Amino acid sequence: MDKDATQAEEKQNTNLEEVVRQQTVRRNILLTTPALVVLFIAASGPLLVMFLFSFLTPGDYGGVKWEASTQAWFQVFFHTDIFDDTVSIADAHLSILWRSVKLSGLTTILCFVLGFPTAYFIATRPAESRNFWLFLVTIPFWTNLLIRTFAVLEIIRNAGVINSFLLAIGVIDAPLDMLYTDTAILLGMTYVYIPLMILPIYASLERFDFRLVEAGYDLYASRLKVLKRIIVPLIKPGVIAGSILVFIPSLGAYVTPRILGGGKNLMLGNLIELQFGQGRNWPLGAALSLTLLAIVMIALIFYVRSAQRAGAGKDS
Amino acid sequence: MYAVRSGPVLVKIANMMFKQKFSVTRMPGFSVVAMICFFALYMPLAPLVIYSFNEGNNIALWEGFSLRWYGSAWENELVQGAAIRSLIIASFASVFATIFATMAALGTTRTKPYRGQMTIYAMINQPLMVPEIVTAVALLILFALIKQATNYHGFAYLIIAHTAFCIPFAYLPIKARLEGMDNTLEIAAADLYARPFKTFRRITLPLLLPGIFAGAMLAFVISLDDVVITEFVKSAGQDTLPTYMLGQLRRAITPEINAISTVLLGVSVLLVTLIFFMSRKRGN
Amino acid sequence: MSEKNAAVLIDKAEKVFGKDSDRVVALNGVSLTILENEFFTLLGPSGCGKTTLLRLIAGFEQPTSGRIHLHGKDISYLPPYERPVNTVFQNYALFPHMTVAQNVSFGLEMLEKPRAEIDKTVNEMLKLVQMEALRDRRTDQISGGQQQRVALARALAPHPKVLLLDEPLSALDYKLRKEMQIELKRLQNETGITFVFVTHDQEEALTMSDRVGVMNNGNILQIGAPHEIYDHPSERFVADFIGDTNFLTAKITSRSDELLTIKLSSGIEISVSAGNEVVGKDAVTLAIRPEQTTISNSVESTELQGVLRNIVYIGTDTHYHVGIDDESLFTVRVQNIHGRQQNFEIGQNVGINIDSNMVQVLKD
Repeated sequence: MDKDATQAEEKQNTNLEEVVRQQTVRRNILLTTPALVVLFIAASGPLLVMFLFSFLTPGDYGGVKWEASTQAWFQVFFHTDIFDDTVSIADAHLSILWRSVKLSGLTTILCFVLGFPTAYFIATRPAESRNFWLFLVTIPFWTNLLIRTFAVLEIIRNAGVINSFLLAIGVIDAPLDMLYTDTAILLGMTYVYIPLMILPIYASLERFDFRLVEAGYDLYASRLKVLKRIIVPLIKPGVIAGSILVFIPSLGAYVTPRILGGGKNLMLGNLIELQFGQGRNWPLGAALSLTLLAIVMIALIFYVRSAQRAGAGKDS
Repeated sequence: MYAVRSGPVLVKIANMMFKQKFSVTRMPGFSVVAMICFFALYMPLAPLVIYSFNEGNNIALWEGFSLRWYGSAWENELVQGAAIRSLIIASFASVFATIFATMAALGTTRTKPYRGQMTIYAMINQPLMVPEIVTAVALLILFALIKQATNYHGFAYLIIAHTAFCIPFAYLPIKARLEGMDNTLEIAAADLYARPFKTFRRITLPLLLPGIFAGAMLAFVISLDDVVITEFVKSAGQDTLPTYMLGQLRRAITPEINAISTVLLGVSVLLVTLIFFMSRKRGN
Repeated sequence: MSEKNAAVLIDKAEKVFGKDSDRVVALNGVSLTILENEFFTLLGPSGCGKTTLLRLIAGFEQPTSGRIHLHGKDISYLPPYERPVNTVFQNYALFPHMTVAQNVSFGLEMLEKPRAEIDKTVNEMLKLVQMEALRDRRTDQISGGQQQRVALARALAPHPKVLLLDEPLSALDYKLRKEMQIELKRLQNETGITFVFVTHDQEEALTMSDRVGVMNNGNILQIGAPHEIYDHPSERFVADFIGDTNFLTAKITSRSDELLTIKLSSGIEISVSAGNEVVGKDAVTLAIRPEQTTISNSVESTELQGVLRNIVYIGTDTHYHVGIDDESLFTVRVQNIHGRQQNFEIGQNVGINIDSNMVQVLKD
């Protein structure tokens, strides 16, 4: 009798706990709903609509006709000759895709080569001055990308600061044609995205225990060996994070190649825009956007995998 | 006698002068690269700012100091309109994004994991992961459909688009603040007879405020600086300052652009400096 | 026990965390009565359930089954803000965005007391813990000991019926801890509030408490005054957890009423008093405190004999470790009243005298 009563009470109380838990979940869902609604309307929802559009037929003056078609996806990779209907690889698209991947990769490497020593420099400053250096990196990080690209445009143009300076000291006789080249885009993207490399590497180095370096030297390692065998392996998560943070926006860059590439040297972002402007092929634009998204997702999956692998050996 | 004694001292001084002391953290060449990097980060901004004060029409030929381009930008009705639109959109978007992000942070932090939490994280962080151009054309497609159906071409599209991509920027500092908060403070408040709403108002909210403030300012800066999404979402005559400037870059560039850039640059630097020092001060 | 009223009555409180395979029983049907104006200490190792029990009384957790009564009223499922009970937290949990005085007044404000009364009580409380001078300081601008005082004042200000203290001294250094022990005892005397104190520090428990409850594995093993717990531990765990103890097993040779005659390994028989818990057993475990034994050079007529294995000098005392059989060492503690004595040599045979009145027969 007594035991039954206890069991009944226990059951009732577990139900009570369950009720409290459900209330918490309901409260959490209510709290997140407004943000999720906005994000669904203006972030994830549009992607779904775009997916649908990539299977429609382009309208004559932009927009779409509501007729199903896989033509857009076909056009991403293949080209049909308008005179004899022969199918060939879409050279123009693939060369733009290749340029995007190549320039993004080079940007990432350049950002690392310059950014790693800079992050290291900041992390090894005394605590008081460290904030100052960090602040110098943070400022450009939060300033307008358009303005910074415009600043690069001004200094590399024919009558810009660099050419004027080189002409004045007599290194060159005629201005260097730097603007509207792949190099200009590369320089511009490196300039614009380098804070995204420095900050995560710095974050890793800040947590790095420099007594490990002392231990390395104590065990007869040279500076280069210490760098290669101790520092770099331990801050790998920061390096990977920085690389992905630079690579992804570079791949989808639109403003920088538009301003510094001058309409000749297109990247994926510009190719996509073209389909919604002069090209008037919205389904192709949608398919190209989704292709870009797919590449980014692959890069992200690669990032998560290597971050897990890099993190597996350590506590963090 | 004196010479003998001072001998070792001289050796020490010589060592200090000519041989660098062994330092555990030093890596040869790194400081040089870092200095080049800092120089390169700021050097391009100098001509931009300097030529905004140029007397002449050229952005490469110095003709004397003048505020004429600031005056001309100030009186340019297109610039005025764009500036006002930029401010309106940034204000609305940052306020909405901050409110929603604060709620979302309260609903996703310091709670037992529940089903769908990963989806919520993915959705909140989507604007950070998906390239802006992709979101921009997706919004163009969706809003074109809605514009066609409703014939409404107003500001709401821009405000909702900006709110969406500002949410993760507002969310991150608020979430970080919440995670760093001591749980027992709220338990202590409940122990001292504070009902849940009072606990929120008197303890949680005041402690969260620096995070909310930082989040709001970041959202404001991000909205103010946006080019790509605005460029694709805006209807005719809805230029913001950045899209106005992007349009102008196609034409002959006058120092007016430099003047506008310098002002925008100033606003960003001011806000970021504020956030930076506030978060440092509160962090200690 | 009948002349005093129960402040807190815990009736078969059980607390289970998690479900199914993750199921952890934190409290295993604990029943306990804490009296009015009592300084009651829950003592036990970490994870024994003492903090869970405290949190059940405070209302931060609800019992899985069982009841909790406060002055006769069932409070088992009341939220913390409806219980006239306050807590001093282990990490103090002072509100960092408020001053010392604002922290102390918080509870009174929540109870919507009139302003004048709040000000008066805050002043009294700050005076009580000697913190008047620092009343307008931010809580991160004062030392750990001062934070401790503010936490106390804050919890005492609403005049709770019971004050709960969750290892409040563990963050302080040794000297400050000693001071605060005396201070806490003084506060309890002056305010007359029931204190329920949780600690893993046996010395703290013995110094301050009126009664101590020793806990392990979600059970209360023994409740009693400090000297009862120390001199008459009922179980091996209690004897082992509090102070140093020698354990001996011995055969029961005869029993009469409450007197037991047992035979030690040396063959010597002694008589000890025991309750009915040993009924039906033929062997028992004995607990003998090292300071309640003496060591001698003669092995004649001593209760135990053995070989001296080690001598450890620790200032106030000297410990002699004696091998009484092949496995176990028996410790004898001798106070160094006349300074360090060197009457014994390692390896020699020694005898151990045991006062049979101080031998405790254990339940298990």
